[in-house]
Parts: sequence; C-alpha cells; structure tokens
Amino acid sequence: MNSHCVRFAIIFMAACVLAVAYPRSADSAEKLKVITSTTDLAALAQEIGGDRVEVQSIARGYQDPHFVEAKPSFLLQLRRADLLVVVGLQLEIGWLPPLVTRCGNPKIQPGAPGYFDSSQFAQILEIPTVQVTRAMGDVHPLGNPHYWLDPQNGLRIGQGIAQKLSEMSPGDAVYFAERLRSFQQRIADAEKRWDEQMKPYRGRKVVTYHRSWPNLATRFGLNVMDYVEPRAGIPPSPAHLVQLIGMMKRENVKVILVEPYFDLKTPNSVAAQTGAQVVVLLPSVGGEKEVTDYFKLFDYDVNLLVRAFQAAR
Amino acid sequence: MKRPILLACVLVLLPAGMRAQQPEPRKESQEERLKALEERVKVLEAVIAELRTARGPATEAALVAGAEMLPPTPAATAVATVGSPPQGAAAAQLPTYGGASSAAKVLNPDISVIGDFLGSAGRNNVRSVPSLEMHETEVGFQAIIDPYARGDVFISFGQEGVELEEGYLTFTSLPKGFVAKVGKMRAAFGKVNTLHNHNLQWTDRPLVTENLVDGEEGISDAGFSVSHILPAPKGIFLEGTAQVYRGISGDLFSAPGKKDVAFVGNLRGYKDLTEATNLDLGFSYARGHNDAGPELTTSLYGIDATLRWRPLRRAIYHSFLARAELIWSQREQLPVTQKAFGFYTSAEYRLNRRWTVGGRFDRSGQAQDAGLTDNGFSALLTYWPSEFSQIRGQYRFARYAGGQDANELRFQFLFVLGAHGAHPF
Repeated sequence: MNSHCVRFAIIFMAACVLAVAYPRSADSAEKLKVITSTTDLAALAQEIGGDRVEVQSIARGYQDPHFVEAKPSFLLQLRRADLLVVVGLQLEIGWLPPLVTRCGNPKIQPGAPGYFDSSQFAQILEIPTVQVTRAMGDVHPLGNPHYWLDPQNGLRIGQGIAQKLSEMSPGDAVYFAERLRSFQQRIADAEKRWDEQMKPYRGRKVVTYHRSWPNLATRFGLNVMDYVEPRAGIPPSPAHLVQLIGMMKRENVKVILVEPYFDLKTPNSVAAQTGAQVVVLLPSVGGEKEVTDYFKLFDYDVNLLVRAFQAAR
Repeated sequence: MKRPILLACVLVLLPAGMRAQQPEPRKESQEERLKALEERVKVLEAVIAELRTARGPATEAALVAGAEMLPPTPAATAVATVGSPPQGAAAAQLPTYGGASSAAKVLNPDISVIGDFLGSAGRNNVRSVPSLEMHETEVGFQAIIDPYARGDVFISFGQEGVELEEGYLTFTSLPKGFVAKVGKMRAAFGKVNTLHNHNLQWTDRPLVTENLVDGEEGISDAGFSVSHILPAPKGIFLEGTAQVYRGISGDLFSAPGKKDVAFVGNLRGYKDLTEATNLDLGFSYARGHNDAGPELTTSLYGIDATLRWRPLRRAIYHSFLARAELIWSQREQLPVTQKAFGFYTSAEYRLNRRWTVGGRFDRSGQAQDAGLTDNGFSALLTYWPSEFSQIRGQYRFARYAGGQDANELRFQFLFVLGAHGAHPF
C-alpha cells in the first residue's frame, strides 16, 4: 500500500473518531426515544408514554404509508431511537427495511428488543385464505395493514406499547400503566359517543378508493360494496368504472370514501354520474391540521361520515 | 373375517335405522333447536373473536409492573376460560400466515426475479446492441441472517452467462453506529455505479459511465465496506463510506498482486429543503491499478448532485428528479497519463400515476485517450402498468469521437416476480 492508501485510511479513521466522539444532548439521555413509521402509532405511543418519551413519526398523516421515500434524513432519527414501532404486515416493505439496515442502530433491528411490530397485538382482517398472487394487485399476504382504524385495536396496541415501555424503563412502569388505564377509560367513553353518532347509519353502503377501511367499516357497521381501484394499487380502468357506476346506481350507494393522498378526479367523476358524494376521510392522525391525536382522528371521521349520510338521505 | 365386518355394518347402520324409525319432531321443537344452535354459534363466534384479539399482550399485560391495576380484558378472560396451554399465548403472538404449511417457509429468504428485456432499432456502429435480447434476469435472495447481520445475494442471468452481480453480508449491529458490508458489491462511487439496471432511469447507462467507470459492470468487486453517519449541523445528513476491494473491475482496475487492492471513498450530504424537496450531494473517490503496466494506477474523482421534488399528498402521481454526475479520470499509462472528464445531466417528471417523461444529456472523454470526446442525448417515456412492471422507450442520439453518429430507438420491458423489494432512493 502506498501513500495514497495511508492518507485515505487516516482521513477515514479521523472522521470515524470524530463521529464516535460527537456528544449527544443531555435531554436525549432522559427520555426514551420512540420512532414510529406512521403518525397513528406515534399518537398511541404518546398516549401511553406521556412526558417520559419523545415520539417522532417517519410518515406524515396525509401521506400514503405504502409509498414513503426512504430519505437519508430519516436515518438521523432512527440512529438515535430506543424503540421503533412499525405497522408491519408489509405496509412499510417498500421503504423501511433499507433505512433500518443502514441506520447503524442495533437496538431497533428486527428481532431486537427495540423493534416493536404493532400488528402482533391487533385484530387483523382480510387475511387471505386462498393463494395470493399479484393478479390480485399489490395485496398484503399477511392481512390488511390498516388495522389501527378500529379503536379496539388502538387499545390493544396501547397495551402492547405499555408493556414494551415498561420493559425498557421499569422505573416508569407504574406511570405507563396509569396512562394506559386513562387511555382505556377515555377510549371507552369516546366509543360510546362514536357508537351513538353512527348508530342510525349502521349498514349504510359505501364505496372506498383503496382497501384502507375494513376495520373502521366493521367497527361501525358500514357496508363496503366495492372499490374505485379495481385491485389494490392498480389505477381504475374505464371498464371497472362503468361496472362500479352501474353497481352504485343499482344498490343506491351515495358515499365514496377517499384517502387524502388519492386524486379526486376519478371519484368526483363517479360521484357526478351516480349522485353520490365524495368524502375525504382521514386514515391517519395528522391528515389535517386539527387532527392531532388518536381521538380526534375518529372524531373527525365520524363527524364526516354522519354529515355525509345525513346529506345522502 | 366376515363376523367383524358384519358387526361393523350393524354398528354403522343401526343408528341410521334408529333415526329413521323415530317419529318426525314437531316443527316448533325444530325451530327451538335451531335457535339454540344459533345461540351456540354466536357464543362460539364471540369466543373465537376474543381469542383472536388475545394474540396481543392481553394475557401478559398483567405482568407489566404496575399493570395489576388494569382490569382484565375480555380477551384475557376468554383465554383463561378456554384454558389455552401456556405456549398457546406465545404462539398466538406470531403473525398469521394463512396456513400451517406456509409456516415452514417463514425462514426462507425473500426471493425475487426481475426480468429486463431490451429491444433496439436504428444504427449504432460504435456500440452496437442486439435488436432483441433478454438482457438480464436478476434473481435476488434477501434475508436477515441472525441478530447481527443480513444477507443480500443477486445473481444475474444474461446473454453472456451467469454471474454474481452482488452478494454481501451487512453487519447491522456494530457498536458506535458503524455499518459494515463484506462480499461482492457495487462500489459506493457516485449514483449510477451503485444502481442495478432495473433501478436506472434509462434503458442504458450514460456515456460517462461507459467511458470512465467500466459501463454496466462498473466498479463491482469483492471487498469490504464501512460506513458511518458523521456529525453535521442540524438537519443535514452526512455519511462517510470507505471501501477496499480486491482490485479487479472489468477494464477499469486490474490487480496483478494481492497488495494491489482498490479503494473507494464516498462522502454524502443530504438536506430536506422542504417536506417535498430535497438535495443530495456526493463526493466520491476511487483508485486502483490498471492494466497499462505494473504500478500504474487509475484514479477517479466524482461529484453527484440530485434534486428531488415529490409532494407528499400526491406522491404517487407527481414527482421531479434532476441529477448530474461529474467524473474526472486520471489514468496512468505510457507515454503520458490521460486525464479525462465526463458528465451527464438528467431530469424526469412523473406526469401521473402511470406516465413519466425524461431526458438526459451526455458528454465524456475517453479514459485511454482523453482527447476523444463522445456526446449524446436521450428522450424517455415510461409507462407503469403497476408497481411490478414497467415499459420504457428511449430515443438515443450519440455523436462519438471521430464524427460517427448513432440514432437508436430502444425499448425495455421490466417485470418483477416475487418479493416486494424496497423502492430505490
């Protein structure tokens, strides 16, 4: 090896020493740093963790969680995380694995104590019982990953997070248990309110853009008749839209639910031909500015649904 | 022998006969039984639903310190009622894969196959390509190996045979935030060199890559790599990577002896300008022995810059990417060292969910004769039937040194089988 190589090695070693010696802020040592893949999990982690945790979400609430870009800036968050909370069921398969691999943080690698897959705690719907192929579109072979849209699943995930946080910070276990109990109570109260609001509209027929709402629909008794997408992740074709419009007229479907990250042109066109209305329902906390926590997400969605069904009378 | 058979027949037929002899139950009692059965089914359904919900830590929640204050959940009660064995709770926490038979496949690596079919019409006397070819079929195997490492293996089946495109181990759990790789891999030199064919924005590689970085093969060799995120002002991502290779990369590097290893270094800076826009800058260096003579080396210096825009609310419909990569080559050879320079600039815009347009401008000197310069440009149109297939057309014009022009219309079909890979960034 000649002088070039030696110079190269010295520069790199110096950079590494600098990196290792880089001081961390005093605050970072006190709170558990929780990184979540989505805002909903961040909201749940915040409910349980309170002021003993610092929570950040990678995806924004108005972003399609299937198509988040694996930006290097996320590595800055992940490398300092104590706990990574993911949706799982392959929702983040297109962007999270390379980030986790590259972040250089052993604590949050899959299988490590700081890797928390929320799907393990939730009731999962639409688990395929037949052979799955891509002819079905971009299906999730482990079940529908939009499971947080059932408050009962929020509760289950909250319990899981409380357990995990207690393991990671045993001194705060009572605090987390207390917060969990408060969360359970508030969910129970809120569910009564939401149930009351939605009671007159149980069994109402709706069409949704993507398969984002099975848990919400099951929880509140909505009847999802069809989808604007012919198959998951496949843009609608004219033939499918003709079929969809026919079905909506036949079945008197008057509400189309669309996620905030889908273009409204096609749903609006379908609505214009069927007399239906398009409702941009939020699948995630942070989808709108005022939707800042898990309760406000359901408040927002339930109010929208109620208004839509009232107008559709 | 006959007696047992007769006895069995009697035992089978007797209850049927007895049932046949019984008087028909009254309609009311049938309805009552039906109702009772319905009730039982409802109860069983409720129990099943509760059991499914019990996959979570419900039964274990009480173990949480301080959680004894929590009221027992119905799920926990259900589990306790049906008396699941202790291992049942642990097993219930595993994801459901749809069937017992698939459980055996859980530990298999993710397998994917990516086909790359290329067609070309027009004239190119300098770098001729077949009219139709199954250019490459890449088989990928990816899995977590153990708590400390993951493995990625990509085997390429092409017109010229089979080769290991990449096969490396990534150590993800090293102390102090280091990430190390060992194996055969594409070197961290610039952008294009790190990308597999199917991740490129074009059907080909730019002239500067062809002329100065050994084209499609690029700097791809056996070696090891260490990278680390470096301290930087808030919001700036800075990463340093150092790699050592055996020193054999096509026509670019050749290593007559074991000590003639090649080195690659990369410093990458990244900054989110807004939530939708970001800037990515890279500085690269590579050095290895060449085939011009003993102790003669080739050094490469590279700068790459990428500007991306992708609105989060409409990420699947619209995006813009502009990229430039500048490379300086310093090749020691007799009688005089050749110092060549080349670059490309490219841009692409996603019109909607299915269509993307793009263009590229190329200019590059030649590594072994820096006085010769090739120029070119391309226009591209890409169609995405789904996330797992892609059809691309590219018009390519090149004016090679010496005045030879090439006009080609290239088209490409890409298709993905199997595991859903990560989207490149």
